[in-house]
Amino acid sequence: MFEAIAFYLFAIVTVAMFLIVVFSKNALYAMSALAGGMIFIAAFFFMLDADFMGVVQIIVYGGAVMALYAFGMMFFDTTRDVKENIKDKRIIYTLGTLSFILIVVIMSAPFISDHIKALYPSLPGVGNPQMVGYVLFTKYLVPFEVAAVMLLVAMIAGIILVSKKMDQSITTMPEVDKKIEAEEFDIKDAK
Amino acid sequence: MITLTHYMVLSGILFSIGMLGVIRRKNLLMLFFSTEIMLNAVNLGFVAVSKYIGDLSGQMFAFFIIAVAASEVAVGLGLLVLWYKRKQTIDLDSLQSMKG
Amino acid sequence: MEKYVYLTLFAPLAGSLFAAMFGMSKKNLITGIVTSALLFVSLFSSLMLLGYVDEEHIVKVNLFDWISAGNFDVSFGFIADQVSVIMMVTVTTVSALVHVYSIGYMDHDEGFNRFFSYLSAFVFSMLVLVMSDNFLGLFIGWEGVGLCSWLLIGFWYYKKDLPREIYPAISPSWAANEAFIMNRIADLGMLIGLFLIYWNVGSLNYDVVFKNIPNVDISIVVLIGIFLFIGAMGKSAQFPLHTWLADAMEGPTPVSALIHAATMVTAGVYLVVRANEVFSLIPNVGMFIASLGAFVAVFAATMALVNNDLKKIIAYSTLSQLGYMFVAAGLGAYWVALFHLMTHAFFKSLLFLGAGNVMHAMNDELNIKKMGGLYSKMKWTAILMIIASLALAGIYPFAGFFSKDKILEVAFSEHAYILWFMLWIGAGLTAFYSFRLIMLVFFGEERYKRFGFHPHEAYAFMLWAMAPLGVLAVISGFFEHSFKEYVTAILPDYEAHIEPHIVGYVLIALTLTMALSGILFAVYKYSRGGFSKKWEETWIYKLLFNQYYIPQLYEKFITKPYAELSKIAWKDIDLKIVDSTVDFIATTLYDAGDKSRVIQSGNLSKMLRWMAIGLIVLLIAAII
Repeated sequence: MFEAIAFYLFAIVTVAMFLIVVFSKNALYAMSALAGGMIFIAAFFFMLDADFMGVVQIIVYGGAVMALYAFGMMFFDTTRDVKENIKDKRIIYTLGTLSFILIVVIMSAPFISDHIKALYPSLPGVGNPQMVGYVLFTKYLVPFEVAAVMLLVAMIAGIILVSKKMDQSITTMPEVDKKIEAEEFDIKDAK
Repeated sequence: MITLTHYMVLSGILFSIGMLGVIRRKNLLMLFFSTEIMLNAVNLGFVAVSKYIGDLSGQMFAFFIIAVAASEVAVGLGLLVLWYKRKQTIDLDSLQSMKG
Repeated sequence: MEKYVYLTLFAPLAGSLFAAMFGMSKKNLITGIVTSALLFVSLFSSLMLLGYVDEEHIVKVNLFDWISAGNFDVSFGFIADQVSVIMMVTVTTVSALVHVYSIGYMDHDEGFNRFFSYLSAFVFSMLVLVMSDNFLGLFIGWEGVGLCSWLLIGFWYYKKDLPREIYPAISPSWAANEAFIMNRIADLGMLIGLFLIYWNVGSLNYDVVFKNIPNVDISIVVLIGIFLFIGAMGKSAQFPLHTWLADAMEGPTPVSALIHAATMVTAGVYLVVRANEVFSLIPNVGMFIASLGAFVAVFAATMALVNNDLKKIIAYSTLSQLGYMFVAAGLGAYWVALFHLMTHAFFKSLLFLGAGNVMHAMNDELNIKKMGGLYSKMKWTAILMIIASLALAGIYPFAGFFSKDKILEVAFSEHAYILWFMLWIGAGLTAFYSFRLIMLVFFGEERYKRFGFHPHEAYAFMLWAMAPLGVLAVISGFFEHSFKEYVTAILPDYEAHIEPHIVGYVLIALTLTMALSGILFAVYKYSRGGFSKKWEETWIYKLLFNQYYIPQLYEKFITKPYAELSKIAWKDIDLKIVDSTVDFIATTLYDAGDKSRVIQSGNLSKMLRWMAIGLIVLLIAAII
């Protein structure tokens, strides 16, 4: 009973949050809504006895990724909304609705849910952080290490990409622009 | 009683929202957000299935997806900043240099 | 002994490849010498095998596995038993001598090296044909000789279509194609025969096939026999596929001697002899073969009576003699067929080589009406050709007497009196046209002077190359008994039973009388200037001269309608249906590409939209 109430409550809130993300014009609102949605997703994880995943979701998405976006947005002029002149709205919504219907139909198909459920009843104790630790450091040790290296590479890449010309103002860099334009000119000439 | 189907449908709805965002928005930052939504939807599906099967593999998969998403954000945002430095815009339509 | 098998088989191939290296360059005497030397190596080793092979010693070699798919096993295996050894010796003897002869004959030809390459390749294919220990190997050799025959008939491919005395106009390339296509028709029959054998026996090896063939349903065996014989009909130019042989005379004369007299055309007879265990099960088909053989024997002989073309007369004579062989083979006297095959190879190639000398002397003139009185100029050629003609006519003690007379005896003792009578008539006709040829070419009025020819005798070594054949044409008949004992080890024995004995002697006397009277009539008639001109006006002369109008009939009822049909297939079916379909597909694709170029706008949001469409399509596909 409580499970059902919790599920529907969180479901409605999550969907609402994500809809705000998609339809909001202001990037800041969108980001805040996204952060909220992430945390509500974590709530589902707790409901599903995946405590570790819930914690990771809050820390990584709600914390790290959102902080990254926040920092990233500082580089952009957020006060100036990006003008989005969306053409062919009808096509977009048709596509969206179609894919929505299709995905939901497929997901609700008995083939996926009931069949699987009947075969494997859930085991008690699975999903706690201890168990996750065992699995992660035995069966998934190599992918885990690879993921660590990947994160390191991503970090270095982020630093390198963004830190070029950090000492200069990013909003006004006329000399860089000129240089880039000149380069583009060269490319066109070459063509 | 909440069954796996409920979770799968919810996951599908969230995924569709994310996809709608991807095809609707022209702001590159919003595109990133939409991608995050889609990834989260998938994660939710994985964790739900993992519980109902009784196998930790689903959670592990979701865990690695989070790791990949984090690095994607780092690299993607870096590129975005670089682009913004050059063009002063993060409009998707400005990315047309591949036009043949 | 295996090494001799390999040596026999591969020496000609080595020669062919050696000559092929010089194929495009100018005349190089060394190619002729090397190929001839290698042919003598081959001859020597096949003679060694001849001495070695007997009832206990049959040489079988397995070169390597060729096809091995499921339970279909065929290997490149070769066998040297009594039958194939006889064939090998015959083939290598004639071809070695023809090689030597060709050095002189092709002396002034630009394609000297090419010629020897083809000729040796032919010998190799022929040896594969006779030595293979399974039907598929035989078929490979069969196709190989067909190909080499095509190459050699069309050797002077650059010659234009010239209207000859008889319709239609022929050129070497035309004749080559005709031979090839006619053989193709027959080869289809042979292939069907092989398929039937494989279906019903499950193997193509001679041993296995012959062991199991009695268990096969008799109607199937009849079909197998008929289809194999269709193959043999094509190669051996039996009616109705006979027209190519006369036209094949467009090739160089040594080729005619080797391929179209001694070896390739006898491959059909060899096939029937080799598959004797199949044919002996079906005497009705055998009877049909014998009847067709007798018919061809007379039919071809009549055409030879009036023809004026030196080589064509000999070609028709070959046809006729092949008919004799098929009579023997069809009546179950396989060793007699093989014996006649061997003796015929010797004297017929001798005859052709002699004709080559005459052609050389007369600057490639073929019309015997323009010759005459050449004896004084070319004495040795004349003597050799007279020996060959006597052998062909079947006069004692020449080789033809023994083999041909045996065939007549066979026909008589099988109570096939009609066949015997036809062959008897054929013997008379043979004697007549052979000596008509001799008389018109070598004796009588020296007509060539009117046409401004200056005949001369051929090179001495060419005559020396012909001499062994001349000797064999005289003496090979005396080997009848040893030959019989040798080959009947694996071939069914056959002894003509004619009771009482006196009848047999009477028959021999009758045949000899017929042949002698034919000769005497020809000599008598043509020493007095031949027949009158009026004779040429009669319808029977015209009928014979035009080869019973068969080429014209083929032209009118097969070639022309087929050409029309091909034209329809080309203009209507190919251009309008096949081509336009292909074009339609191409233009559709092109237009589709042109239209869908818009997708590649480089705009990311549009691309994302396309991606969503793709996702939807895939999802729909997943649901369905």
